[in-house]
Amino acid sequence: MTALTRRRATVAPAGIRERQRLKASTLAWLTPASALLIGLFLVPIGYAIYLGFTNLELLGPTAQNYSFTGLANVRRMIHDPVFWSSVKLTLIFVVGSGIIAQTILGLALALLGQRAHVTVRASVGSVVVLAWVLPEIAVAFIWYAFSQAGGTLSVLTGHSNSDLLSTAPLLIVSVANTWRGTAFSMLVLSAGLRNVPQEADEAAQLEGASYWKRLLRVTLPIMRPTLMINMLLITLGTISDFTLIFAMTQGGPGNQTAILPVYMYIEAFQFNALGYGTTIALALMLIGALLSVFYIRQLRPELRRAR
Amino acid sequence: MTSTSLPGQLPDATDSPVDTRPGRPAARRVRGEPGGHKIIVSVIMAVLGMAFLLPLVWLILAALNPHATSGLSSPAFSLDNFRAAFQAGAGRAIANSLYLAGVSTVVATVVSTLAGYVLSRHYVPLKGLLLVGVIFLTGLPVTLLLIPIYQIFVKINWLNSPFYTSLVLGATSVPFAIWLLKNFIDQVPRDFEEAAAVEGSGQFQILLRVVVPLIMPGILVSAILTFINSWGAFLIPLVLDSSPGDTPGAVGIYEFITANGQVQFGPLAAYGILFSVPVIIMYIISSRWLSGSFSFAGGVKG
Repeated sequence: MTALTRRRATVAPAGIRERQRLKASTLAWLTPASALLIGLFLVPIGYAIYLGFTNLELLGPTAQNYSFTGLANVRRMIHDPVFWSSVKLTLIFVVGSGIIAQTILGLALALLGQRAHVTVRASVGSVVVLAWVLPEIAVAFIWYAFSQAGGTLSVLTGHSNSDLLSTAPLLIVSVANTWRGTAFSMLVLSAGLRNVPQEADEAAQLEGASYWKRLLRVTLPIMRPTLMINMLLITLGTISDFTLIFAMTQGGPGNQTAILPVYMYIEAFQFNALGYGTTIALALMLIGALLSVFYIRQLRPELRRAR
Repeated sequence: MTSTSLPGQLPDATDSPVDTRPGRPAARRVRGEPGGHKIIVSVIMAVLGMAFLLPLVWLILAALNPHATSGLSSPAFSLDNFRAAFQAGAGRAIANSLYLAGVSTVVATVVSTLAGYVLSRHYVPLKGLLLVGVIFLTGLPVTLLLIPIYQIFVKINWLNSPFYTSLVLGATSVPFAIWLLKNFIDQVPRDFEEAAAVEGSGQFQILLRVVVPLIMPGILVSAILTFINSWGAFLIPLVLDSSPGDTPGAVGIYEFITANGQVQFGPLAAYGILFSVPVIIMYIISSRWLSGSFSFAGGVKG
């Protein structure tokens, strides 16, 4: 978007014309990247679309002699209650711990940071970012310990004797995910707030509008594209999240935290159903694509204006 | 590798590639607001910060206390847990992570710089379509690729190889890196390349001596993001390389959590800190340039 318009601006006055013919070096320099992207993205995607319709297994006779089974996997998926509950869990996880919690907390921190004391802003900002920089496995372990019986969170919430990961597993992994992910929204939305033209806010202020009114009527509408892009990026990041949940709960207890990537892994590598696992992965990609289309449609007016 | 041979300096190229606004102060003064608000706002923000800090406090206290439990440990200073973490194989695992992250970073950065340059400067048929395809791949869930890649690796006998595993890790960062580096190269004026071409430098020389120094910040951001991504990778090495000697840190910690029934909180906390320090350092180094990337996401205005 900005990249495209910027590009045009830099290309136009440039001295050397791009000669409209293919150079040998063009192909040579594109080859390594193409080899990686074709070999490890395009071929696997195509292969996944095939494998999703086979009875491939990890072990046993169908590990070698698997065959095309048509829509059998799709039929199995449609009648698989665990799959549907997994879809539901995925959406709750993405919307709850990703879109809603991270956007609201990130926006709150960005807005507070605008007006808080410099030292407070810098130190709180660093702590929030630190949570984001930590490897996911470390985050998983911290929150695992935090929610054990006698763990800090259990004590603080007055359930010191219960293991919160078995009584409220989805809530705990969601809190962990929010703790880890909020920094991203905070950084993106702080940058977005800096780009809001001051004049609009000042004009509203002159008319005597309160802070909240200005926020809701002026600032947030101007920030809409930034908010949408932020939500799109959170959605794509959260929907394929595996490490955090798997390390904390392995999808349990009783599949209560088996979001789609975890369910895919369980089916493929624990129950050996590689073919069916791939079908689940394809469904996951489809859901991700549908959500992306939704966001991009929302952004369309802005994209058109940017052109 | 500095750009000393160049006529003059290029302030734009060292700045972030997208945020073209002259440095505005981070916090704008909100005029006409009573001063008391600032204290209230600071207190609210500090309380939120405490909530974010508490888990980190637990981690540090637990790592330093030899009798750590899942609850907050009393302050102590013992390195026993770190010793125990090394006995559980933290050193080897971190070395393995270093290999995976290092190889994948070098591969992804070199490959993406070449491709980014060509996509920025050369005539490429269907360039627009290619770029859209690259952006599409950026959002693709890696989990989708895992089973087919596993199956391909079984067939061509690439399983349990750290090198091929790191190739996959690198490849997952390539779409984003190409996109990022192309944007950086787009910002570099062509005059320098033209001057070097007139002097008779070859294309590769021009890229290496002229363009690369100018886009160093972009290369660093791309490399560090790839490194952090590969460093934390869990699912890909878990599936593609199961030989015990190749276990990277993330899988090592996971196996340590689930090993022998009783969770050893202290040593695990120490392990977690050991495994986190390298990426924290990397992030601090890169944060100066990274802020530009966030301005980009924030900079799309209506």
